[in-house]
Amino acid sequence: MLTQSHAEQIFKKIKKFSTVDEIEVIFSSTDFSLTRFANNTIHQNVAEVNEAASIRVAFDGKTARATTNRFDDEGLKRAVQSAESIAKVQEPDPDFLPMAEASGGKGTAGPSRSSDQTAAITPGERADGVGKIVAIAKKNKLVTAGIYSSAQTAEAVINSNGLSVYHRQTSAEVSITMLADSSSGWQKANSPDVRNVDPVRLAEIAAQKARDSRSPQELPPGKYTVILEPAAVLDLVGFMFWDFGGLAILDQRSFLNNRIGTKLFGENITIVDDVAHPFQSNAPFDGEGVHRQRVSLVEKGVIRNIVYARSTAAKMRKSEYKDKVGEIRVTGHGFPLPNEMGEAPTNIVFVTPGKEQTVEQMIAGTERGILITRLWYIREVDPYEKILTGMTRDGTFLVEGGKVKHGLLNFRFNQSLIEMLNSVESIGKAVRASGEEAFDMVVPAMKIRGFNFTEVTKF
Amino acid sequence: MSMKQIANWALNTVTQRGASYADVRIVDHRQRSLATKNGKVGHAGSAETLGIGIRVLVNDAWGFASTDDLSREAVDKAAAQAVEIAKASSRVKEEPVRLAAEPAVKIEWSSPYKIDPFTTSLDQNLDLLTRIDAELLAVKGVTLAESSMQLGRYEQWFYNTDGSDIHQTRVITGAGFCALAFQGTEIMKRSYPNSFGGQHQNRGYELIDELKLLENARRIGEEAVALHKAERCPEGRMNLVLDSSQLGLQIHESIGHPIELDRVLGYEANFAGTSFLTLEKLRTLRYGSDLVNVVADATEQHGPGLGTFAYDDEGVQAQCTPIITKGLFTGYISSRETAHTIGETRSNGTMRAEGWNRIPLVRMTNISILPGDKPLTFDQLIAGTDDGIFMQTNRSWSIDDKRYNFQFGCEIGWEIKGGKLGRMFKNPSYSGITTEFWNSMDAICSRDQWTLWGTPNCGKGQPMQTMGTGHGASPARFRNVKIGTAYKGN
Ligand SMILES: [Zn+2]
Repeated sequence: MLTQSHAEQIFKKIKKFSTVDEIEVIFSSTDFSLTRFANNTIHQNVAEVNEAASIRVAFDGKTARATTNRFDDEGLKRAVQSAESIAKVQEPDPDFLPMAEASGGKGTAGPSRSSDQTAAITPGERADGVGKIVAIAKKNKLVTAGIYSSAQTAEAVINSNGLSVYHRQTSAEVSITMLADSSSGWQKANSPDVRNVDPVRLAEIAAQKARDSRSPQELPPGKYTVILEPAAVLDLVGFMFWDFGGLAILDQRSFLNNRIGTKLFGENITIVDDVAHPFQSNAPFDGEGVHRQRVSLVEKGVIRNIVYARSTAAKMRKSEYKDKVGEIRVTGHGFPLPNEMGEAPTNIVFVTPGKEQTVEQMIAGTERGILITRLWYIREVDPYEKILTGMTRDGTFLVEGGKVKHGLLNFRFNQSLIEMLNSVESIGKAVRASGEEAFDMVVPAMKIRGFNFTEVTKF
Repeated sequence: MSMKQIANWALNTVTQRGASYADVRIVDHRQRSLATKNGKVGHAGSAETLGIGIRVLVNDAWGFASTDDLSREAVDKAAAQAVEIAKASSRVKEEPVRLAAEPAVKIEWSSPYKIDPFTTSLDQNLDLLTRIDAELLAVKGVTLAESSMQLGRYEQWFYNTDGSDIHQTRVITGAGFCALAFQGTEIMKRSYPNSFGGQHQNRGYELIDELKLLENARRIGEEAVALHKAERCPEGRMNLVLDSSQLGLQIHESIGHPIELDRVLGYEANFAGTSFLTLEKLRTLRYGSDLVNVVADATEQHGPGLGTFAYDDEGVQAQCTPIITKGLFTGYISSRETAHTIGETRSNGTMRAEGWNRIPLVRMTNISILPGDKPLTFDQLIAGTDDGIFMQTNRSWSIDDKRYNFQFGCEIGWEIKGGKLGRMFKNPSYSGITTEFWNSMDAICSRDQWTLWGTPNCGKGQPMQTMGTGHGASPARFRNVKIGTAYKGN
């Protein structure tokens, strides 16, 4: 795994190959393994070791990037030259900022996200874990498919202004699908520390969902009260956070245009971006090496703030929107430059208002509704009203008289996120959750009224 | 050090350690990626990655290890690791892996192109993109203009323990643009020549000239703005005409994915999902109407699609497989491992990997609908339609995990009345069940209207791999389709 001092040595070498004013390198180092299973068999099992240097040059208001995984002199020189030649042909940008100062990286020594136990996982241990999952499948006369992965990664941002930040972390992830003849169940979890990921418990829950949803029945489409488990909430709300950046406002592509400062969601919705939260993951700095700050995005339903990369904050202060967008400050959420997306908050934490209910309590308090394990293939139908479409998957149940009755055929929904976050009747405790459509978050389960199902599929 | 020598280190190490089969891919992948936004540089960069991936069968189970370090020590280490991983795999298995036989070959192949895109000047590339942006922004009401271009060169050396030695290079070019118009409470969008990055093919820079990007920019900008004044697309059962790019995506989602044999067999059940095309449906299912003829064709004769190659990533020659023949479901896309499950003795050659650090998976090649036999232009198709909606350019797409129920939104719709195109509609969408939809197709335009579209961003597998696929299509008509569901209840 690349260390900070080794990265700094390579940076010095790269700097010598360049003639330009400013240079920045993002180093990434990966040691990743994934054991994949299906039909109760390990059918794919892979490992990867890779290191890359992504070199950005800047001069005369121009900038470009070249990425290589060839660390010999020839490879690094070619990358530097490539970045220089792509920058050279550009028109100078009057808004262009010099690279971040060393002080911008201060405060990035966050909590350790590196675990020796996770780093030491062997292929044999992953196979043992899968063996236990398969045993639970067989005990329940089910077929299982899924993954067990483990990884060590390191990243560093170093620039010619003296900034040097480094983050190292480990990650373990298990995702399990249990399949019966006419139904399925699913669970997924990950953590920097493998001791927080329990394949047996996840397999038992997935198996129970598959058993309980056997012989699903058809319910007509329409508006229903739904109980969304955290993974389902995450995959939906994930679609809005790309709009919580300053550049999205300046580009007029955000659903928050003309809505910052207004009460857009219900009283019970409060959201922060907080990389330091104990359930969060990833590096405490952004694509320019700037420390990620905690930002309050939504307070009791009111859109309060959005996040900013350095150059976006400068542009916003000069823009027609400057008095209508909350506090304008560099928050450390920028993507590697140059880019057209600007920034986004990616360490989302839902702050729950108290009186949290467990999913079981939500079920017990529901006269008629639908319990949803997971959503799938979500896409944006309308970017300003934030109407999303998608399917339910792997465990959809009818709840009646406070009890889970039976499995249901899966639905297609077309639902406005804004309306949904105005219709939250009860909220669970926020947990670290993981789905397939959005990045991991700290989110609660939610009970929502009037969720809009438009069609039913055949299984 | 030659690539062959490096590969031989790996093949020798794994054979000594007990591998019954192994293949090695060394990949050198270079890209140039440029984008502008409102006439300014959005992203500008190049990337190159080189490495080796070693796939082994030990005790009838798979292992794979990959590294960016091509030194002897690192390659030997990765080879040993692949064997260790395969041994771990063999501890949890129901059935041994059985590979269909494949002859060894030695071949060199490069995708044909006229202008090597990397010989074009960056000046020239950026100048085109900024001029397109300027054309778009010249339209009052356009609030965001974005253009982009991707140039790529993918070179691969493949060797296996059967003695194959395959060296292939693909040159890939793509470009496109879009205009956004924000007004009131709506953001309208138009893209050209297709959404999500435009058109992509295994071509050189000559593709860029043929796309006539600049010539179409003004019209696209005007359409984005005009959508604000258009009525919302009506709701109900109607006749539907799709342009060829939307039909290409319809093929991708509702034919291309469900015919992947690994999906059918449950390999993707945890992530991408399974398929409604269970094995007993082969040669029995009426997939579509008599006019529906679909092939999976990776051969050069099919055209310069993103799914065109000489040999796949496990050394099987490119083939053309009939997938739907006069409406009847006639074939899956397969691999050496899965071929026997449908009684075949040979893979039909669709195993493809994203790069050196990923294993090959069953992947779409060029999954194309064949054009109609009888001459039929787009104008004639519309003239023959009494009423309905014509939809262009995808905006949203979603389909369930067995690939039955789909819903697509398009950027723009047009009323068809009495054989003529009439009013513009905003927010058009349609939905349905895969086989019902394909059975409702009652007209398809002929070869002169057929375009081989490229989808550069198809995701599959864990870890996720992104792959380019090709989809040839010409405009077609579908009867009595459910229209307008996306906004129902909203
Ligand atoms: Zn796809």
